Parts: sequence; C-alpha cells; structure tokens
Amino acid sequence: MSARERILARLRAAEPGAPVAPPDVAAYYAQRPRLTPGERLQQLCARLRASRADVMVAQPAEWARVAADALHLRGVRRLALNGEVRAEELAATLPPVIEAVRFDGEIESWKQEMFATIDAGFTPASAGIAATGALLLNHGGALPRTLSLVPPISLVCVDARDLYDDLHHASSSQRWADDMPTNRVLVSSPSRTADIQQTLAYGAHGPRELVVVVIADGDLA
Amino acid sequence: MSAQPMHFVSPAQFRDRVSEALADDGLRDNFRSAMNFLRDKRASQFPDPVETEALRDLGEAVRKHALAHLPALLEKLETNLQARGVEVHWAETPGEACAIIHRIATEAGATRVIKGKSMVSEEVELNHYLEARGVECLESDMGEYIVQLAGERPSHIVMPAIHKTKQDIARLFEQKIPDAGYTEDVDALIRTGREVLRERFMQADIGISGVNFAIAETGTLWLVENEGNGRLSTTVPDIHIAMMGIEKVVDTLEHAMPLASLLPRSATGQAATTYFNLITGPRRPGDQDGPRRMHLVLLDNGRTQAYADAQLRATLQCIRCGACMNHCPVYARVGGHAYGTTYPGPIGQILSPHLLGLDDSRDLPTASSLCGACAEVCPVRIPIPSLLMRLRTEANRAPGAAVAQPLAGQGASFSVGQKLVWRFWSGIYASPGRYRLLRWAATRFRWLAPRRQMGWTQHRTPLRPAARSLHDLMKARGQPR
Ligand code: SF4
Repeated sequence: MSARERILARLRAAEPGAPVAPPDVAAYYAQRPRLTPGERLQQLCARLRASRADVMVAQPAEWARVAADALHLRGVRRLALNGEVRAEELAATLPPVIEAVRFDGEIESWKQEMFATIDAGFTPASAGIAATGALLLNHGGALPRTLSLVPPISLVCVDARDLYDDLHHASSSQRWADDMPTNRVLVSSPSRTADIQQTLAYGAHGPRELVVVVIADGDLA
Repeated sequence: MSAQPMHFVSPAQFRDRVSEALADDGLRDNFRSAMNFLRDKRASQFPDPVETEALRDLGEAVRKHALAHLPALLEKLETNLQARGVEVHWAETPGEACAIIHRIATEAGATRVIKGKSMVSEEVELNHYLEARGVECLESDMGEYIVQLAGERPSHIVMPAIHKTKQDIARLFEQKIPDAGYTEDVDALIRTGREVLRERFMQADIGISGVNFAIAETGTLWLVENEGNGRLSTTVPDIHIAMMGIEKVVDTLEHAMPLASLLPRSATGQAATTYFNLITGPRRPGDQDGPRRMHLVLLDNGRTQAYADAQLRATLQCIRCGACMNHCPVYARVGGHAYGTTYPGPIGQILSPHLLGLDDSRDLPTASSLCGACAEVCPVRIPIPSLLMRLRTEANRAPGAAVAQPLAGQGASFSVGQKLVWRFWSGIYASPGRYRLLRWAATRFRWLAPRRQMGWTQHRTPLRPAARSLHDLMKARGQPR
C-alpha cells in the first residue's frame, strides 16, 4: 500500500462521530444588511485609505489623466503594463517622461529588467470589496502576476460598478468558482509587516505604495 | 546560515525551560506587551458580539463538515489539482515529506529554495533536512528570516519573532548582514531585509509555501499574507511546492469565505490581510509568468490519530490563527520556546501529542489552568479545555488498558503509586465506617503529617489536619449532621 492509501484507509476507519449538516454559508450572508452603491464606494475608499493606499475617484473621461499625474508626482520613469483596454487608455495619456513598458513575452526573457528597472506596474481590478477594502486582480493570461507584485509602486483602477459588499457577495455574483484563473489575488494595502516588535512597516517584499483610481461616473463620483 | 534543529525536548526539560522562561523578565515583558497588542487588535475587529458568534458558528460548521468528509474531499482535491497539472504527493511522516521535496529538487537540479511562511515545513524540519543535503533553504517571511538568521525557531505561529525586541534584531542584522550597520529604525531594518531577499527571490529555483485553505471543488490553494513574500515565492521561481496538513481542505470556494474573514481578524486584528492569494495550478498556456511546475505535499504526521477519535477530531478544525496563544495566561508568561514544540500554546498542547506521541509530550496538557480563554476566542470553536482534560486522562490511563482508539504513548504519565493513592482514597470515601476511622486517626495523629510536602511546601507552610473535624465541630454546636 502507498502512503496515500494508508492515510485514506486510516481516515475511513475512524469513528463516524455525530452527523454534520452542510454549512449554509449563503444564508448567513443573505441576512446581512446590503449597502447602496454610494455606501460601497465610500466604504471601499475609507478602508483602503485606512490601510495606507492612495485612493482617487475620477470620471471615466478623466481617470487616465488622474492616474498618470499620480505616477508623475512619484517620479515614475518606467511603467509596466499589459495590452488590455484600460492599459491602452493609460499609455496614451502618459507624459513623455514616463515610458510605457509592455509586458509581452514570458517573464524569463526580462526578469532581471523587471526587478531592477521598473518603477510601477498597472493592473485593472475586476472587483472591489467594500467590507474589507480589497481589490480583485484576476491574474493569469493577459494579466501577469508580477505586474502587481514586483514593481515598488502598484497602480490599480477599478470601476465603481464592480463594487460588492463583501467577498461572498462578489464571488457569488461573479461566479468565481466556475472559472478560476491561475491566480486570483485580493489586495488591500501596500505590502506590509509587523514582524519587528509589532511595529507596522510598509514595503516589506511587495509594492511600497498602492495607488488606486476608482472610475465612477456622474451620480456616484 | 543553518538553523539549528531544536528537536523536541523531554518532559523534564519542559519544566526546566518553564522555570528559566519565568525568571527572564525581559522575555516576559516582550510577550506581555505583544499579547496585549494582539488581543486589543483582535477585539477591535469583533465589535458586534451577535455577528461574532454567528460567524464563529459558521466557521465551526464549515470545518466540521470538511472533517466529516475528509477522505472524500482529499480525493476530490487531488483530482482537481491533477486536472490543473499539479502533482500531489502524500507523506505519512516528516521524513517522507522532506524526502519528497528533496527528490523534486534533485530531479530539477535545484540548489536554491526560497520559502514563504509554512508551519508544516517547520514541523518536518525541512530547512535542516535540505541544508544537510546541499540545498540552500532561505526563509523570506520577515519574522521567519529573523529567527533563521538567529539560528532559532519561531516562538509564535503567526508572528515568529515575537520574542525579540527591535534592539535584538538591530544587533542581529549588524552581525549577520554585511554592511547593515546598527539601527533601531524599524523601517530601515525592513528595508535591509527587503534588499537582501529581493535578490534571492530572483535567483531561487524553487519556492515553497504553506496553504491556509485548500478548495476541493476547484483545486485552489488559498494563501493569506501581508508581506508579499508568499506571492513572490509562489510566482517567481520555476517550481512551486506547497505543503499542508491533510486537514486543511474545505469543500467549496464558498465554504472558505467565512474562514477568510475569521482568520485575519482573529490572528492580527485585520479585516483582511494585504493579500489573499488564490492559486489554481501552475502557469497555463498563454500565461506570461508564474511557476512552470507545481506540487502539493499532503502531510499526515499523526493527524489521522487525532481524526480516529470523534472527540479529538475537533483538534483538526484549527485554522492556525494563534488567538488561543494570544489569550493564554500560560503562554503569555512562559513564551513560545518553553514548549519546545513547533506549535506552542493551547493549540500546540492539543496537537503535539498526536504529532509526537504522549511519551514526549505528556506534560504539555498539564500546562494549563483550564481557564477557558482559548475556547472563548477560537474562531472555529475548538473546545480546547475539554481536549486537554481528555489528553490528561489518556496520559494517565494504564499503558496496557484496552481502548477503541489508543493514542501513541498512552499511559505516559501513569504511575502505580498515584493509582494506589487514588484507590485508597476512593476506598475510604466509599464507606462511612472507614471514613469515620480515618477522621478519627487523622485528628489524633495530625503531628505525623510530613514537614515536606513536595511542590506544596516550596512556597507554603505544610498542611496538617485540624485537631477537630468539621463533623465534630458541628456536633458540638448542636447542628444536625
Ligand atoms: S485552536 Fe482555534 S484559536 Fe487556536 S490557533 Fe487554532 S483556530 Fe486559532
């Protein structure tokens, strides 16, 4: 017998114990009060700011300029991004001092360059979670994981229509379990640690700064 | 940089360590203030007792449900991981787990391993195993990196370097990191760690991580962290190896939601950690980064023993938040190292007997006042005090006594002398005649009571029976007996 078979056999031979009903997770979240879109936006921004993210709310026509300004202000020279729509919008708006570096081709061909020379990475979020102030990045395919991880500044945009009350609300509405990308990441602050005498420090191993632009039109903004 | 393996200590050493730790005022200060900090943080995350209790009920239900279907869920997890191209390995012992990882490294020609935080890798002493075979194994979690640099082991499952002050760490960095210099500025210290480790992430051949929740239905590994080192370890190296105890699986992604809320709030008092990192398989065609190969090592190491018994099975509900330590009056006073086990504090006291056998851990279940603070905060409602009582019973059961699910080391604390004393005692109390006789003798021969009464007289005056029994006093007062 293999280790696998022996372990499974031992588990199957165990005392049965009292019967256990399946947990009704949906019912628990259903009885929690729902937020309005305005409350969601407000909570998301407040939570993100409380964990040291720089958050801006901008109109759809303005967001790219707001984002470009934020990068310019931080002295960013090289911004890594992919080829999707929001990235194109942003790239078209960048001032000449900021170079848009396309993430195309596998990381191996430019790992060193990525680690050493890229100041910021741009990733559009697929959802925002009001309860925890978190942004969903669906990494994989056209959205490489290192974009939101290796550069010292992480720039994320999120559409105000994609905000949800809590993780359960988002995952059930967007049916996450049906199609898991290689790497779903929820990010709620710059990288941080309190491992030295419980003193909070930012920029542990991931980005030191998290810049968020929430794209909201008229009635919400 | 080889971490000294601090093998588990014998019970006698446990007592010595406790005395040493209690005499170390600095250590006690560090733990007291750290515990206060973590307790306040946790409390701030659970302001509404109704919500708290409802969510704990749900968390408990999720974990109980997963355990009730554990063998089937492990198979489902395996099937779905394999469908995504993840290789799944099963290990019964720490040695097997280490050998599996070493084999993966050898086959890939890998010599440099970077680790995200993983308590299971501590449990199997992986660093030591790999270093002895020429594979460098570097911790990348700041706390783990610090304890590795110091040649120590974690003293807390969530905050490994909690026993150290920033002055300790400043001295350590100055000594061990070239050009680091002495600074007590925490930001500067973290920057130093970041610089050293960043280079190593890039060069590493293999990244090793733990797992917080494994989702059977989707074959997803859910990792919870703040620093980003977990993401780097599971993204940048060509090979990712995840390690987990067999109990970490849950059925569906939805089932993980309440746990993902309970864990950070209970552990560090955060609504959510900086990153929830949900990994479903290695790099796919069309992906531009991520590991090309991925493995999961499932470890038993005594967990099936806890599982076999319907009561002790609750031990495996644990989501390793550390709240029970943070609220334990014993842990706060003796610190994490005194236990000498990978998992210290209340969770360690109920888990270690299964990992190590009661022979080596017989005193752990006694290091508790049974105050119940641990069970009150446990996010998945593990009845820790009753499990401690049960383990005490098993440690004192006659070694040969036949029971349905005997524990390794059953009867480790059993002593014939003690058994006889109790038998004598119950014999006396069972019969009024014998009881009266003892009362008569005890009041007459009270001066025969020994002056030295073991532990009692270390700090107190000796006990001696009174000259007249309560019964006699009551009778003298004319009260009915
Ligand atoms: S026993 Fe409960 S409180 Fe302790 S670490 Fe496990 S889940 Fe947390």
